[in-house]
Amino acid sequence: MTAANTVEGEPVVAPRRGFRFVLRHLRRDPWASAGAVVIAVFVLAAVFAPLLTGITGQDPYTYHLNLLDDSGAPKGWGGGISARHWFGVEPLNGRDLFSIVVYGARISLLVGISATVISVLIGVLVGVTTGFFGGWYDRVVSRVVDVMFGFPVLVFLIALTAIVPSGVPRPVFMILVIGFFGWPSISRVIRGQAMSLRERSFVTASTAMGAGSWRVAFTQVLPNVTATIIVYTTIMVPSMIGFEAALSFLGVGVPPPTPSWGRTIGEAIGWVQTDPTYLVFPGAALFLITLAFNVLGDGLRDALDPKGARR
Amino acid sequence: MTMLRFLSTRLLGMLIVLVVVATVTYAVFYLLPTNPAQLACGRPCTPDNLARAEAFMGTDLPWWRQLWEFLSGIVTGRSFGHGDAAVLCAAPCFGYSFQQNASVTDLIVSRFPVSASIAIGAAILWLVAGVAGGVVSALKRGTWIDRTVMTVAIAGVSAPSYLVGLLAILIFGFTLGWLPTGGYVPFTEDPVQWFVHLVLPWCTLAFISAAIYARLTRGQMIEQMGEDYIRTARAKGLTEGRVVTRHGLRNAIIPVVTIFGLDLGALLGGTVITEKVFSMQGLGALLIDAVHQLDLQLVVGFTLFAAFLIVVANFVVDLLYVFVDPRVKAAA
Repeated sequence: MTAANTVEGEPVVAPRRGFRFVLRHLRRDPWASAGAVVIAVFVLAAVFAPLLTGITGQDPYTYHLNLLDDSGAPKGWGGGISARHWFGVEPLNGRDLFSIVVYGARISLLVGISATVISVLIGVLVGVTTGFFGGWYDRVVSRVVDVMFGFPVLVFLIALTAIVPSGVPRPVFMILVIGFFGWPSISRVIRGQAMSLRERSFVTASTAMGAGSWRVAFTQVLPNVTATIIVYTTIMVPSMIGFEAALSFLGVGVPPPTPSWGRTIGEAIGWVQTDPTYLVFPGAALFLITLAFNVLGDGLRDALDPKGARR
Repeated sequence: MTMLRFLSTRLLGMLIVLVVVATVTYAVFYLLPTNPAQLACGRPCTPDNLARAEAFMGTDLPWWRQLWEFLSGIVTGRSFGHGDAAVLCAAPCFGYSFQQNASVTDLIVSRFPVSASIAIGAAILWLVAGVAGGVVSALKRGTWIDRTVMTVAIAGVSAPSYLVGLLAILIFGFTLGWLPTGGYVPFTEDPVQWFVHLVLPWCTLAFISAAIYARLTRGQMIEQMGEDYIRTARAKGLTEGRVVTRHGLRNAIIPVVTIFGLDLGALLGGTVITEKVFSMQGLGALLIDAVHQLDLQLVVGFTLFAAFLIVVANFVVDLLYVFVDPRVKAAA
């Protein structure tokens, strides 16, 4: 680590936490950089989905029954791959698979990132307050966290889909419930940091100067846990994406015809033998985005935790 | 004596958690605007029929009476309706599915062997494979073995189990024809076929968790093997194998046990997915069908059963700690 801090002849000892240090560390980590690039590509694809599918003049909703044989399987090699249908077409209705995968990125990233934001907001609020204030409030919340940690979340999520009011759009519902169940892990980490920060002299100083405890918690403690928040946000996104995909895979997530990787993979079960590309493309997309977030998260964690780095 | 006190406080804590979980689950599902009696009443649903359905199910009672009936039903059993039409739900009664005319407990018991076969086998497999992979990786740190194990591990962490499962079906089932592509054969019917049908589901479900455990074990192992007591053990002249297993692993395994306790909850969710991939009629299929048919009694009963199972399993893991980590015994 000391060697890293004298790079470019800078005698100044760089702070080991903080954004600049993290960025510098990341740039030297090829895997994490690759992860960041893949994420950027997926985000751009999701944002510009209509433009991207517009190149071949396709959309994820139009049926192309003429491209299917009598059994409903796509005609031609690789599930009907052609210049017009880059990933082939869906069995049974002939919708363009490339469009479905590109538009699927929208729902995946939307649910994944929104749910993460909700989890992080709740987790940070709970973590900072329990760690900073302590007392009976901390003890009660800690018990709740204990219970939620071991809770069969997926089972509960599936069960909840049975009672969702029909007026609530399914993606919104999924964001809310997936987000609600994700906060315990980050809250526990933030709590630990808030507890140690509470004892630091700048916090005592702030209190001594007459700042109220809420003010101290949010102006002194919170800014010092931002790095942790960023790492945990990155690590959390793939698991949230996984929950959306799993629910859609099981047929209780995003309803058709909205494209969703998980649902397409679920529908591909019956076609594994006859049309494997139907599984491979959405599967590869889901795998790649998850892998990208995981390696980026790993890189960020290494950057922020010098002890764990270079293992 | 202290051990007894440790046990009784844990037991009491578990009971409180169970009651709280039951209350919250019950509240979430029954205080929402969806009326189970309305769903069960059928069409056309006359007010008369609705009232009868509500009285039969007990949903006409105030919420605290409903909750009490439900909780006491778990302990003593209960009945729905009166006279000849009464339906008995024997203890432990987790509710009654009016759509399937069976108690939730009976339905769960009938499907339990399928899911338990998948879950237990997979758990054993991933514990063994994950810990072994992590230990080997840590001892051969920096070599190609380490890099291979860790690459497979991060891929494993990122691959959804259903994707792994479907690819496994494609490769080992359809292309190579080595293993069946789905279905379940009861152990009592044909143990060999039971095993053959479960190989792919086990590997599928175990793959991801094994990857997580390998990463965790490796990190722990590297940390422990650098400690002073390892040097002491070597200096005493112990064989390297004994140093690794009795001293290094013994300490490295403690956080693995913690994670294992937490993963039991995810295990049940994992079987839901695995069952769909391999078309097995286990608990997962029961739950998904119940959701699609809006069989709320079954959904609530199932969720509670799942929560209870996890809480009890965590209690068992807590007890395991006592054996794995002597410090816990000392503290107790």
